[in-house]
Amino acid sequence: MKSAWRLTLALMITFTFAACKSTPEPVDEPAQVEEKPPVQVDTKPALDPRDYTNADNFDNPESLLSKRVIYFDFDKSTVLPQYRPIVEAHAAYLASSSSARMTLEGHADERGTREYNLGLGERRGNAVSGLMSAQGGRGSQMNVVSYGEERPTCRVSDEECWAMNRRVEIVYTAR
Amino acid sequence: MVIDNVNRLARRILAFAFLLSLAGTVQAQLQIEIVDGNPSALPIAVVPFEWLEEGYPPIDTVEQIVANDLYRSGLFDPMAVEDMPDRPADAEGIRFGTWRLLQVDYIVIGKVRTPADGQGHEIHYQLFDVHKQERLLSRITTVGPGDLRFGAHKVSDSIYEALTGVPGAFSTRIAYVTATGTGGETHYELVVADADGFGPQSIVGSPEPLLSPAWSPDGRRLAYVSFEQGNSAIYVQDVATGARELVSSGKGINGAPAFSPDGSKLALTLSRTGNPEIYVRDMASGLTKQIVQHWSIDTEPAWSPDGRYVYFTSDRAGRPQIYKVPAGGGNPERVTLEGEYNARASISPDGRKIAVAQGKGNEYRIAVWDIESERFTILTPGRMDESPSYAPNGSMILYATREGDRGVLSAVSADGSVRTRLILSEGDVREPAWSPVIR
Repeated sequence: MKSAWRLTLALMITFTFAACKSTPEPVDEPAQVEEKPPVQVDTKPALDPRDYTNADNFDNPESLLSKRVIYFDFDKSTVLPQYRPIVEAHAAYLASSSSARMTLEGHADERGTREYNLGLGERRGNAVSGLMSAQGGRGSQMNVVSYGEERPTCRVSDEECWAMNRRVEIVYTAR
Repeated sequence: MVIDNVNRLARRILAFAFLLSLAGTVQAQLQIEIVDGNPSALPIAVVPFEWLEEGYPPIDTVEQIVANDLYRSGLFDPMAVEDMPDRPADAEGIRFGTWRLLQVDYIVIGKVRTPADGQGHEIHYQLFDVHKQERLLSRITTVGPGDLRFGAHKVSDSIYEALTGVPGAFSTRIAYVTATGTGGETHYELVVADADGFGPQSIVGSPEPLLSPAWSPDGRRLAYVSFEQGNSAIYVQDVATGARELVSSGKGINGAPAFSPDGSKLALTLSRTGNPEIYVRDMASGLTKQIVQHWSIDTEPAWSPDGRYVYFTSDRAGRPQIYKVPAGGGNPERVTLEGEYNARASISPDGRKIAVAQGKGNEYRIAVWDIESERFTILTPGRMDESPSYAPNGSMILYATREGDRGVLSAVSADGSVRTRLILSEGDVREPAWSPVIR
């Protein structure tokens, strides 16, 4: 216990000194701290999250390329305005990489019959595929597969869960 | 990327390995309980059948199977064996006065013996009207070795017919899909069981979704949809041998198979043109003909019993409704005129009624459309009822429903008065299909 007190006291004195001395020096200290991270980043060029031709952005949470699920309204297949930028980002990638291939997996929520929902999932996949084509993706790069209501991500019968399940997942089979 | 491809390949190999384990016994059993009973159920006594074969009778005795069949039809109220005053096996032994005092309207007696050739079983049985002291039925049903349950269901069929005027459907079978596990670990099975849920046999198992089983009219084959190759594909499988044929696996949806009443054709949904359309495939030649053309979702074909028309679901007017089209193609005509969502038609054996999954807001119920009067009758309470399937005698409709977050099967009498629930002890049960009468 005694030694612990001594250590605390020693630290307090040191901090007090540091606080007194710091006024002219803060410019130097942050510079020293910042010096290390830039060295690491400098080994690669800076990643622009808006560069949708760069495959590194698939794993960059700042980039729209890392977002690969489009959600839909009930019994609708219109791509909502808030999801258009995601579709456009992936379309730009497809346009830049002719060897890239993707499967657009269409899904529906549990309401309604299974076979009708297969149709609905496909219609959603086609809507995303159509928008990507309009933005520069080629038809041959996209394959639409509908799973209807067979592969829910969430299994509770409520609105929140249904909203999670009405979706198209963009799955790259080749980048 | 390469890794994605490898994963996909690995999944396919895994899928193939699972499919190799075709045909196994399902551990879980269906249990039946009556949810809503019929207060006017007929009191009947099925007296224990005299066992004249060598050895002991089976654990599930003939009279128990018959009594259970009659009970779950909802139309009969069988007397418990321990409440019976005596157990006559011959007509001379029936004391009608005593049974009448016990308020029993009908009595069934019988014997089981080995046929003269020493193979299988002979079930001798008689049905009496207690009040009139009159014999209504006296028959012998002969079945092969191991088919005693089937024989008992045959007895139920003829008792049901003698008392209701409608042939029984107890000796038929049901097919359904089970899903166990969650997420990527989900395992799917296509199961065939007796109509009373006994003897479930898995005929296909897969880590990918299975759906839409449909019987051939001879009850020997099942068409179904499987995602085992990554996309929907239609297979036709022989129930007894497990031999199967890949019928359709083109680009887009391959779904909703339905055999024509004569078994020569298969109606199906294909989206190779870019949206789902109804096609009819000739089973012998393999030639496929498109019978409707519209940009909407057209799916879930169901044949009229005479084979002249195909009913189907279409959202061409905005929301799903039932339409019909000549089986050879032509102009579709809208059938259901009420309700915001009507889909997945099952046509009654007499062709006069159409059972559908009817949606209203977030509630889905089984409803029956009367073709002549153009009116709906709602049969079930909801709220997630779908996949109606008529019994081959039209007496009941089997359907899928939810209890909590679990799928279960239920059956409702055609007039909606009696509901029975079939429970599988684990997993999600769905996509029921009632077989035709197996001769």
